[in-house]
Amino acid sequence: MSKLYKYRYLIARRATQIGLLFLYFAGNAWGWKVLQGTLSSSELFGAIPLADPFAVLQMLSAGAVMGVNVFIGAAIIILFYGVVGGRAFCSWVCPVNMITDLANWLRRKLLLDKVERKVWVSRNARYWVLGLSLVVSAVTGLAAFELVSPITIFNRGVIFGMGMTGGVLLAIFLFDLFGVKNGWCGHICPLGGVYSIIGKYSLIRVAHNEPNCTLCMKCKEVCPESQVLYMIGKKSQIVDMGECVNCARCIEVCDDDALGFSIRDFAKSKSKGEIQ
Amino acid sequence: MNTQNPKKEVKPKITERRRFLTIMAQSVGLSALGGIIWTGYVEEAKASPLLLRPPGALPESDFLRTCIKCGQCAEACPYDTLLMAKPGDGLPMGTPYFIARDVPCYMCPDIPCVPVCPTGALDQESVSSEKDGKEVLDINKARMGLAVVDHESCVAYWGIQCDACYRACPILGQAITIEFMRNERTGKHAKLVPIVHADHCTGCGLCEHACVTEKAAIFVLPREVAMGKAGDYYVKGWDKKDQERIKQRDLKKLTTETERSAKKPQDYLNMDEELFDE
Repeated sequence: MSKLYKYRYLIARRATQIGLLFLYFAGNAWGWKVLQGTLSSSELFGAIPLADPFAVLQMLSAGAVMGVNVFIGAAIIILFYGVVGGRAFCSWVCPVNMITDLANWLRRKLLLDKVERKVWVSRNARYWVLGLSLVVSAVTGLAAFELVSPITIFNRGVIFGMGMTGGVLLAIFLFDLFGVKNGWCGHICPLGGVYSIIGKYSLIRVAHNEPNCTLCMKCKEVCPESQVLYMIGKKSQIVDMGECVNCARCIEVCDDDALGFSIRDFAKSKSKGEIQ
Repeated sequence: MNTQNPKKEVKPKITERRRFLTIMAQSVGLSALGGIIWTGYVEEAKASPLLLRPPGALPESDFLRTCIKCGQCAEACPYDTLLMAKPGDGLPMGTPYFIARDVPCYMCPDIPCVPVCPTGALDQESVSSEKDGKEVLDINKARMGLAVVDHESCVAYWGIQCDACYRACPILGQAITIEFMRNERTGKHAKLVPIVHADHCTGCGLCEHACVTEKAAIFVLPREVAMGKAGDYYVKGWDKKDQERIKQRDLKKLTTETERSAKKPQDYLNMDEELFDE
């Protein structure tokens, strides 16, 4: 039971990720009107449009003239992650996260981080890829990242049949396992970059309670974006960087109750600033 | 080793500004490299192939930029005609298409695949017509492609009787008609051959699906591939509608501009210098 509690967020995340894939699959296979479409654009309960804001942005850059539904859909998504979820898409929805988490887990088990040659890619590479995908979209007249995005390829594979999708996923798995730690999700993926920007000021935040911290650094070891935990053992505050995916792994591994979810309090953080 | 050399190696000083500029140059350079490869890949994917899009699809280049690859059209299709291009298909990834020989478009009157399109890549207006002052869906207006007959392998052109495509056609007697043709080989029989009419054919592919030959002798191609264009220089003088087409042409383009035509004939005919130069 305590073990279940220990992995409560991980279990909830996997349930969400697989549950969403299942709903998409059921939407196609049995016509369930819960979630139809794919992660790039879908319809919730047969009425509410949802759309990937990054896909819409690329299509605008490619010069597409689109119906109003996709803009409403993108606005709903931006509002949800911008106000509530932060970058939670990456760890709670995106199916590729399961692949990269597996690679990352294997890295820790095989001690790859300690032994292997280091390949260095900047954490900011995703923002360059993000900009680049808009440029390539404009030049080619086709949403460039959408054409190669392993996220929607995986998603569509589950819904409409896999084909050679496994090859794409294996490539990402190998890159994350033997190439760069958290290479895809934490360095390259421009959709992660987009949600980092959208979710920067969201309400749900991981918060650090410094007095409880014993500096065991388990949280930093497990964190897929470990730079966001810069305050560990230094200062009680919320994780304020947009790159935090709200996966809550740090909360689970902490044995000292030094990390937990909290709601961002704009007023409080302001008044604190005055005291300091 | 000369350890007594008083001259120390002067290390170049790395200023913050130099560091910043170098990193920027590196990032921009690598992005440009990535961009070139990426653009090349996208252009390759775009250049691919002969595929049939769902009814109401915009012209291919507009369709490619407007389709968000959500698959709602494929989900709405009751016959599982529409497929979503996946890795390994060698087609623009994630876009809907169909293979008429496997599963053709059965031309549902309510066209369930079109209204669900969230972006308008499948244009409802292009498959609607006015009826009693109301816009109603009209699948007969769909132009997914055009059926083309290969006279060499169509057994009807051999003189063997077959009208499988004609019978399968949902716009029977209009999109495909059967025409008489003298059988020169026997000298006393007629061949009954299928003729496709582009102004009625929707490209649904039911004919291709029904064709009896091992590889279909009648098959649907994208319209821009299957059709030529007469252009503005040829007009059906007996056809009012075709004359309307010519009225919309750009009158400025009626004369062909060449280097010589810029001058008046009496000018260029009298200018012999150019001749001597050569």
